[in-house]
Formats: sequence, structure tokens, C-alpha cells
Amino acid sequence: MTGAIASASFRYLPIVILLALWQAVSSLGWVSTAVLPPLTAVFEAGVRLLESDDFWSNAGASLYRGGMGLLLAIVIGAVLGIAMAWSRPVRTVVSPIVEIFYPLPKSALIPVTALWLGFGDASKILLIFLGCMLPVTIGAFNGARGSEQTLVWSARSLGASRLRTLWDVVVPSAMPELLNGVRTALALSWVLLVASELIVARKGLGYLIGFLGDGGNYDGMFAVVLFVALLGFIADRGYQAAMQRALRWRE
Amino acid sequence: MARIDDTLAPSPDRLKLSRVWTGLRSFARGLVGWSPVIVLLIAWEVFARSGAVTPFMLPQFSSVLERIASDTASGELPVAMGLTLWRALAGFLISAFAGIALGLAMARLRPFYWFFDPIISVGFPIPKIAFLPIIVLWLGFFDVSKITMIVFNSIFPVVTATVVGVYGVEKELIWSARNLGTSERALTWEVMLPAALPQIFTGLQVALPIALIVGVLTEMAMGGYGIGASMQTASRFADSLGVFAGIIEIAVVGYVLVKLMAVLRARLLVWHPEALEPATV
Repeated sequence: MTGAIASASFRYLPIVILLALWQAVSSLGWVSTAVLPPLTAVFEAGVRLLESDDFWSNAGASLYRGGMGLLLAIVIGAVLGIAMAWSRPVRTVVSPIVEIFYPLPKSALIPVTALWLGFGDASKILLIFLGCMLPVTIGAFNGARGSEQTLVWSARSLGASRLRTLWDVVVPSAMPELLNGVRTALALSWVLLVASELIVARKGLGYLIGFLGDGGNYDGMFAVVLFVALLGFIADRGYQAAMQRALRWRE
Repeated sequence: MARIDDTLAPSPDRLKLSRVWTGLRSFARGLVGWSPVIVLLIAWEVFARSGAVTPFMLPQFSSVLERIASDTASGELPVAMGLTLWRALAGFLISAFAGIALGLAMARLRPFYWFFDPIISVGFPIPKIAFLPIIVLWLGFFDVSKITMIVFNSIFPVVTATVVGVYGVEKELIWSARNLGTSERALTWEVMLPAALPQIFTGLQVALPIALIVGVLTEMAMGGYGIGASMQTASRFADSLGVFAGIIEIAVVGYVLVKLMAVLRARLLVWHPEALEPATV
């Protein structure tokens, strides 16, 4: 156990070195504290923020937008991807559209969703839904198409209905790639959320970063930036751990 | 006799005709492949004309095309597009060279690996766009901060792909090179780098769209011309034609860049069985 802790702390030592360097550079006055506030000041500002209602209402707005958009993207994207693999007509109609929209830089959608739905929650949810759906769709499609034909045939010859084969054979075998697509979508959702809040919003963590920065409260701005980074990191690692648990049956 | 000649060696006329014919055929095949897009665009036009939505919500495709044409003629679009492409591609190229160099160093030199591995693995999943105001604070509003932001976002897939690629090089290849007396330096540049190239290229294919996305985002957030900035201005002034023109322009550029990378991959890696491996991300 101590060995594991020792090796983990050796592994993450470079991060500690970077943070120590940050603290040293700004508290020793090598750079102006207006440009890089000392880590300790950022930490104090972070604690103050965590005690304020303002912070939590902004964080709540961001998490609501991200969560709703992502949920819609996962559900609709997965259904669409599996339908594409399962039915030829659906594939013929949908796959060229997917192929066209997939390389579209998703940030281009920010002004459109703002135009359609304004500056509030709805435009962010629509943006995240549209931007994050295709990775899920493509993951589900590739996974479902890769399901072994022999398994499908066996299930059919054992008398499983088409729908039951879909649910019991195709969907589970699509799962690994589908979940990988969701991971891409998760990362993308943070980018779109924070970016759209930085650009057009009156609420949310991205808005708060811009607001604090415009007001010259750089300690607070750095604290919120680090908080967002930490949230993104935890979301990704948490998702990965959950995914590995969910896919244990594969081993 | 003439008939035999005819069948064995077709007259030039006939050759020309058959070439025209195959040309037509491939054109038709392309048309079939594109037909869903054409149908989609026609549906857009019809829907927008039907009056179900206001032109503000969804302008007609034809008027968006007119807008693109007039912006091109006035020189506004070429300038904006040039700026966006310059920023995105400069950032992408820096990411490519620096990312491959760092990846190689990490894969070959243990101290580099020790130092950068945790930084890369923590840095990759965090939403780096949140650092935009900090970058602006440090580097100002101009191209340097935009390109820095692009590099900051798109270098990660290149580094990880390079490390994974070099680690995945077949051991037999390295052993034989060593046996034949290859120096460590030549081993890196002449054996490992080429052998890892397919993986590295996949990383580049992931990085390019990121560079374009982040480039457009920084323009939207900071202004300073470019497609992103003009879309943002259009959105602020409720000029929906301008917004949709921007989407079409960005979509075309994104599509062309992604296809170009695929073509480049097939050319560069023609010796490799993975040359045509489709880019999945």
C-alpha cells in the first residue's frame, strides 16, 4: 500500500513541481502578481468563491446545460447509430448526412444556436446536443456493425425475434465502441459549454471566468479556470472508471 | 480485316468516346454519393421558402449562396478565410512538429517520459478552452494568443499518438536494426519514426479538426477578423444570412481539410498496409 502511494506520488511529482514553480515565480516577484497571482492567493479566492451563492448558481447552470445536452446527445445518438447499422434504408439516408456534418467544426454552431434560442439555457443545450451527437452515433454504428454475424445468426436460428436479437446481441456488442464515442462526446461537451458561455451568456462558469477577468479579479478568475479544469478531469477519469466496470464482462 | 482492327485497336475517336463515357460514369457515381446532400440542400430551400419559419430563423439556401458570392466578390470572405486558415494551420503545424518531437523524446528518453507523462495525461482531458482569458491576459488579443491557444489544444493527440506509435513498433524490427549495427540515433529517426508513422498520422488527423474548431472559437471570443469573428458579429447584429454563410464556409473548409489529410495519408503511407485505414475520430 505504501509502495503504491510512493510510486503514485513519484509519478505525479512533475505536477507538484509545476505548481511549486508557479508559486515561486509569482511570490518571488519574477512576474507581476497581476499576470500570475500566487497559487496560495488563487486557493484563497477559490475558497471564498465556494462559500458564495453566486458561484454555485453559475456552476449549477453550467452543469444543467452540459448534463441535459449530453444526455440528449447520448440517447438520440446511440439510437440513430444502432438504427443505421440495423436497417439499410436508414443507413442510406442518414450516413451521408453524418459524413457531411461530422467534420463541421462544431464551434460554428454557437452563433446559430444563439440566433435561434437566445443567450439562455436552451441555446447551450441545443448546441451541446448537436455538437456531441455525432461521435456517439459513429461509435454506436461502428460497434453495432462490428457485432459478429455468427452471433446474430445463432440468435436468429435459436428463434430469437429480430427485436430481441437487436437488444440482446447487437446492442451489447456495440457497447464498447459506443462508450468510447460517449467519452469523445463528454470531452467535446466541456469545450462547447465553456466556450459558448465565454462568448455569449449571462450565467455559467464560462461567463463567471470572463466576468471575474473583466473586473480585474484575477485570483478569482484563475480559481474558476482551475475549478473547470478539475471538473473536466474528474468527469473524464470517473467516466473511464465507470466504463471499465461496465465492460468487465468482456474479459 | 477492318473489323478485326476495329476490335483490337479502337480508333482514336472511339478511345475518346470511351474516356468520356468513363468520365460520365464516375461523375454519375459521385452524384449518387452526393445525392443525399443535394436532397438536403433542396429540402432546406423548400422548407425556408414554405413560410413555416421566418427568414431570420432559416434563410433560404439560395440567398446564403448569394451572400457568399457577394462576400467573395467584395474581398471580405477571402481575407477572413485566409486569416482563419493561417491561424489554424500555423497552430496545427507547430503542434505537429513540437508534438512529434516531444513524443519521440518521451518514448526514447526516460526523464522526459517521467516529467511529461503526468502532465499530458492530466492535460489531455481538461477543457483547455477555459484558459482562454488567461492566455489573453498574458499574450494579448492578436494572432500570437490565438495560435498559442490552438497549439495548447491540438498538441495533445499528436504527442500521445507518437508515444503509443513508437512503443508499438515491432521488437523484431528494432532487434534487427541493432544487430546490423544501427546507432541509437539512426534507430530513432530511420527505424522508429517511419514505423510509427501510421499512428502519428492518426494523431495528426485528430489534431487538425481541433485546430480549426479552436481557431474559430478564439476568433468568436476575441474578434480580430476571421470567419469566427465575422460569424459572431453577424450573430450580434441579428444578421442570420451572415451566420449561415459562415457555417457553410466553415463546413466546406473543414470537409476539404479532412479529405486532404486522408489523401495525404494514402500517399505518404502507400508502403504501409494501414495506408487506407479510415480516420475514426
